[in-house]
Amino acid sequence: MTATLEAPLNAHTVTELDALESESIFVFREVAAEFERPVVLFSGGKDSIVMLHLARKAFAPAGVPFTLLHVDTGHNFPEVLAYRDNVVEQLGLRLEVASVEDYIADGRLRERSDGTRNQLQTVPLLDAINQHRFDAVFGGGRRDEERARAKERIFSLRDEFGQWDPRNQRPELWSLYNGKHKPGEHVRVFPLSNWTELDVWNYIAREEIPLPSIYYAHERDVFERDGMLLAVGPYSQPRDGETVAPRTVRYRTVGDMSCTGAVSSDATTAAEVVVEVAASTITERGATRADDRASEAAMEDRKREGYF
Amino acid sequence: MSSPLNRQLLRLATAGSVDDGKSTLVGRLLHDCKAILADQIAHVKTVSEARGGDFDFALLTDGLRAEREQGITIDVAYRYFATDKRSFILADCPGHVQYTRNTVTGASTADVVIILVDARHGVLEQTRRHLAVAGLLRVPHVVLAVNKIDLVDYDESVYTGIAKEVGQLADQLGIADLKTIPVSALVGDNIVTRSENTAWYDGPALLEVLENANGRTDISGRALRFPVQYVIRPQTDDEYRDYRGYSGTVASGTVSVGDDVIVLPAGRRTTVSGIDRAVVSATATAVAERPSAVAGEAVTVRLADNLDVARGSVIVAADSSPGTRRELSATVAWLSERPLTVGARLLIKHTTTTAQAIVTKIAGVLDLDTLGVIDAAGLDLNDIGKVQLKIAAPLAADPYSSNNITGSFLLIDAHDGWTLAAGMIDDEEGELL
Ligand SMILES: Nc1nc2c(ncn2[C@@H]2O[C@H](COP(=O)(O)OP(=O)(O)OP(=O)(O)O)[C@@H](O)[C@H]2O)c(=O)[nH]1
Ligand SMILES: [Mg+2]
Repeated sequence: MTATLEAPLNAHTVTELDALESESIFVFREVAAEFERPVVLFSGGKDSIVMLHLARKAFAPAGVPFTLLHVDTGHNFPEVLAYRDNVVEQLGLRLEVASVEDYIADGRLRERSDGTRNQLQTVPLLDAINQHRFDAVFGGGRRDEERARAKERIFSLRDEFGQWDPRNQRPELWSLYNGKHKPGEHVRVFPLSNWTELDVWNYIAREEIPLPSIYYAHERDVFERDGMLLAVGPYSQPRDGETVAPRTVRYRTVGDMSCTGAVSSDATTAAEVVVEVAASTITERGATRADDRASEAAMEDRKREGYF
Repeated sequence: MSSPLNRQLLRLATAGSVDDGKSTLVGRLLHDCKAILADQIAHVKTVSEARGGDFDFALLTDGLRAEREQGITIDVAYRYFATDKRSFILADCPGHVQYTRNTVTGASTADVVIILVDARHGVLEQTRRHLAVAGLLRVPHVVLAVNKIDLVDYDESVYTGIAKEVGQLADQLGIADLKTIPVSALVGDNIVTRSENTAWYDGPALLEVLENANGRTDISGRALRFPVQYVIRPQTDDEYRDYRGYSGTVASGTVSVGDDVIVLPAGRRTTVSGIDRAVVSATATAVAERPSAVAGEAVTVRLADNLDVARGSVIVAADSSPGTRRELSATVAWLSERPLTVGARLLIKHTTTTAQAIVTKIAGVLDLDTLGVIDAAGLDLNDIGKVQLKIAAPLAADPYSSNNITGSFLLIDAHDGWTLAAGMIDDEEGELL
């Protein structure tokens, strides 16, 4: 009954990673051609690094025709900041930084009671978009990360207030991406929408893309909180009853250092991480992000307000 | 062992009337393929229990607050899973008529559409609408899943009745490849493994069908179409000082160095002098030449002659140029609450060209009861209609039946940028419907 469907792979078959790469490159080129002031959100995390790699491929041998924007929580892993600055310098890119720290210092934002800052990024992000009149904003979000992200278009319209309306998204047909928007509105663009965590790691391995060292196994003093391993550092100290011990860990995501957890790991290369991720029984965010556990629709609520 | 390095991607979408079990089927498929990790299962368990119910598979995809409150799917959820044979992108679409635009979104890129029918209710208006959409979009494979077979006591005659009715509709709609499977998404019958409960059914389980389906009919065997997206001119002081390349994704066919090509709309002939792919390292951004590229690949093409080539140009095989046209007959799925009337001025987005368009004629609308085309003065939300357009710029267009990229377009509201319709260009000789 299924015989008529059988089709062996042949030399002309575009494989999964190549198909994903081509889809992302197509998206970058559409934006470069149709928008006036695009910007790439660049945190120094693996998804934004892969995004930048793909952007470079889209325009080679010319350089990337976009500015980079980092919304800096002030709670950074030093290795990630160093990586960011090094990339910017080596590739001669332009980097804008929107600093949560500055907003707290002058009272425009108030520190949250739990001291974490991922949530505080929305206002500096939206201000930077307005100030620079960015009309397309590339984010490294993937649909496999989280259930609200799973619902988002590749070209996702934001109103004047930066808000996302998940109940009223534009249709998005074939690969005809519609970037039209009114003055004051902007479009969030997600070139990695269809990539999974495993695709990203396979791609990093295949393309030999350098990453900040915290993505690979290293020894670090950590303590356990909410089932996560948190690093001892300037922004996160153990509370009473939490004991500190050295462990061999790596990070699956990087964000605000005070609420991003590490996982136990011996993987020292991308190929070894691929093996670990493939065998993992917990999702990337489930394992490492305290802020996403807050409520049933924590991410949706943040995204509605204009978060990444 | 397969990996993303040698595996092919297959894109699936669900369709069918509201509550027929699409999200439950997707959740069940992911669950039984072990694609749901422990924290997601724990989350769904907690939420299901808080609502006082059993484990609700639909919560694996119905992730929006409003969806959970109303117990329906509003917009497409994309999920990803892989088996040893291949990897899948799964688009779980809504059934409610109000959200048809989202179902068309999910189905437009699908290689396989799984249409669900509730065995108790049979074929409903939304079933017919979604079948028509799948036929119109020329989705290569359609699978009819007669669901909730557990609720009709696994009665074979119920299944055969629905299978027969849908088979006739599929014939009328030109759906060439239809497979039919009795399933229970809730219980898991015939989803990943064949079920004893339907001993009378000797066909494959759903997963077997999906694993063996091929992707979009191999469009690398067709005539070359290469819409230019962006011109690459580094203008740097190195070996690329005089580089000029036309970047884009091969829409169909194969492009090889030395090919005779025509650049549309100008109609100039030239030869492909180079095909480049990026090679980037931590510090260097360069390109490497390759002999050819096939449909789906993003590359940069160089041409032997210095012609006027820009975004909107389409590079085509010299021996099978589609030419250009300023008038189109097309079938459109109207996705907006603003009705369409004759004389409307809109924007058309076709490959990499956006131009003004005027609707010169509305030739009719699809009647879902008879699947015939009847007269209509205008198109309303969710109508599938036939229109004629006059366009302000020449388009290098093919019929949708021969090329789903150069044969498709969007209609856009010029004032606020909203996407109003999905369009498919009719065959010259005949009608698509
Ligand atoms: N008994 C039984 N119930 C089922 C089956 N499949 C789905 N259901 C139930 O049918 C109801 C609707 O299921 P959903 O999966 O949400 O339906 P849907 O098609 O996704 O609905 P929309 O997305 O809103 O169009 C739920 O209560 C399911 O538990 C089945 O095979 N057997
Ligand atoms: Mg549903």
